[in-house]
Amino acid sequence: MIAAIVRNGFRALRRDKGALILSFVLPIAFFSIFGMIFGGMGGGSTPRVSVLVVDEDGSAVSGRLVAALLQEPSLDASTHAKAKKGGPVPPDYTAAGAEAAVKQGDAPAALIIPRGFGAHPISFGPGRDSPPIRLLHDSSDPVAAQMVGGMLQKVVMTSLPDTMAKMGMQYFEQYSGGLTPQQRESVESALSRVPNAPSQSGPRKDTGLVALDVRDVVGEKKHNSMISFYAAAIGVMFLLFTASAASGSLLDESESGALDRILSARVSMTTLLAGKVAYSALLASAQLTLMFLWGAAVFHLDLFTHLPGFVVMTAATSFAVASFGILLASVSHTRAQSAGISTLIILTMSALGGSMFPRYFMPAAMQKVGLLTLNAWAIDGYTKVFWRDEPILRLAPQVAVLVGAGMVLFLIARRFARRWEYS
Amino acid sequence: MPAIPLRLDAVVKRFGDLTAVSGVSLEVHERACLGLLGPNGAGKSTLIRSIAGRVRLDSGSIRVFGEPAGSAAARAQLGWVPQELALYPLLTCRENLDAFGRYQGLRGKALDDGIAWCLEWAALADRAGATVKALSGGMRRRLNMAAGMVHRPRIMLLDEPTVGVDPQSRNRIFEMVAELRDQGTTVIYTTHYMEEAERLCDTIAIIDHGRAIAEGRQEELVAQSFGSRSDVLMRFASTVENGSAWAAARGGTVDEGVAHFAVEKPTDIGPLLDAAIRDGLEVIDVVLRRPNLESVFLQLTGRDLRQ
Repeated sequence: MIAAIVRNGFRALRRDKGALILSFVLPIAFFSIFGMIFGGMGGGSTPRVSVLVVDEDGSAVSGRLVAALLQEPSLDASTHAKAKKGGPVPPDYTAAGAEAAVKQGDAPAALIIPRGFGAHPISFGPGRDSPPIRLLHDSSDPVAAQMVGGMLQKVVMTSLPDTMAKMGMQYFEQYSGGLTPQQRESVESALSRVPNAPSQSGPRKDTGLVALDVRDVVGEKKHNSMISFYAAAIGVMFLLFTASAASGSLLDESESGALDRILSARVSMTTLLAGKVAYSALLASAQLTLMFLWGAAVFHLDLFTHLPGFVVMTAATSFAVASFGILLASVSHTRAQSAGISTLIILTMSALGGSMFPRYFMPAAMQKVGLLTLNAWAIDGYTKVFWRDEPILRLAPQVAVLVGAGMVLFLIARRFARRWEYS
Repeated sequence: MPAIPLRLDAVVKRFGDLTAVSGVSLEVHERACLGLLGPNGAGKSTLIRSIAGRVRLDSGSIRVFGEPAGSAAARAQLGWVPQELALYPLLTCRENLDAFGRYQGLRGKALDDGIAWCLEWAALADRAGATVKALSGGMRRRLNMAAGMVHRPRIMLLDEPTVGVDPQSRNRIFEMVAELRDQGTTVIYTTHYMEEAERLCDTIAIIDHGRAIAEGRQEELVAQSFGSRSDVLMRFASTVENGSAWAAARGGTVDEGVAHFAVEKPTDIGPLLDAAIRDGLEVIDVVLRRPNLESVFLQLTGRDLRQ
């Protein structure tokens, strides 16, 4: 008896493609995606943190520090913007240029080595006569500043061991009352044996001897740094589910015969699909608006000072997800099939596109793959609006991609919907 | 001369290897009620869908008041009630009628009037605010019909509108169809229930395997197949071993213990009864029955309508 029940269960499962996908394909797909993100696709390591480096000092010591930062494997350091293909190498960043680049999201952090650093690279004692290196960062990436700060200490210690030792002895003499001639001779003999090339030894403990002035140049005036990111990230993921469910009414109408009746009236298939997309887009807009209003009321999100950007991004995002929903409906034959396919695709898009965790945590290759998702473009757009306070015109790439994707998805859906037009 | 409401010329529709409609030609005149009678799978629904413009024909043509089926002008003249409950289950009766009225291009007073008329016609005025889910099966069927009538078309296509309804609701649907006819609407009515075709339709086309194998008034069809003959059904007190041979000797057959004979005139029943008594058969029931559409179908196809 039990065997018969089990057999019936497997027989039904075999014919239920949606359940099969959810049971077997989805877990493997997610296992693979998370493996690629956190496992570095077999042999990779922690993603490199991008940092812009500005050398205002121009001394031999600062030059050695910059060279060491550029060679540090855990940092993706650069002193100038990337050159266009075949074009000349752009000039080195200035402090203002680096700050602007961080604000625009080109890099999560910048290090400004100030004038006079070479004369006093170590900060020690009550005088603190060493001018601090400035670390400008974007707190929407909370890891980057910590990472760059720590790596800077490591790089200073390993790239300037001779300078560190000499400065250390100067401070020792200053605060200990001086050395005897015999002690001085012995110290100088030891210092002469300290290499001045970067050490090849393993990582050293962060001593904190280099003074750092850390400043959040993007989020310093924000009430709640990450809330706009999560409102957009979570919002877009649920928008996709809402849109796919709303567009599923097309399948209900097909199954009930209402679709035939509608198309026998004065409604064309294009009009019908456009109506469905309009409904889904309005629903999505309402959902996003509610989400951000909640963010404003409960988490002090600055919604009302960013209203124009919010409206533009919400309209573009809603249209894109609505078209995505109608495409899912038009390729599916039943509600169950649509639910299976949409769950698979939406969760995958959300994982890759940054709805589940920020894309900057991902390896560079995965970040690029994420750009194939609607989530990534929507989240980037909302981040520009709420986090970087960028003007509406700067939303052009995100809006163009979302609207363009929406139109392409709609046209593909229209093509698939031809099967309903006539029998 | 005004165009006739509906004209089908050699309509052919194939689905792969299956020919669903095979060269059907029909004409339906103003205020007529044409019944498409045939068993399940005969091609009736495909024919109706073709008239509604929902099927791309392989050959032939369909014209609605002279306009090609599927054109905007043709659609405006047609109301279609599909076999399925093609309604929005979460909307109320009024909201459903409003939706389908708007899909037909109605707005304002015309829409309000159409909705009000349909609610009255379907006897759903007191349930106008009820959702479809809250309606009984019969009410849903009536609303399904009303949704096809909200724009007051001149031709109504009814595809098996009584499927799955109780006898009381069926009678109400018959009354609705009769009311339509009284108001001058041309009706095309598909069914596999012979009684419905006989009761509602003045012209009947018998459809089988996608072909219209006979067409005409009911009495014409019967006369064509049977002339003036009638059926005599005779039941005996007990199973008669040689009953089949006895019936066969008199030109009859035995089916499930009942002997069937064809007689030219009712008085021919007398000699049959005399012969039975003479041969010692105890007759307990005799019925004289004029052949009906089912008999015609059986005669033409060798199969029962409900097969």
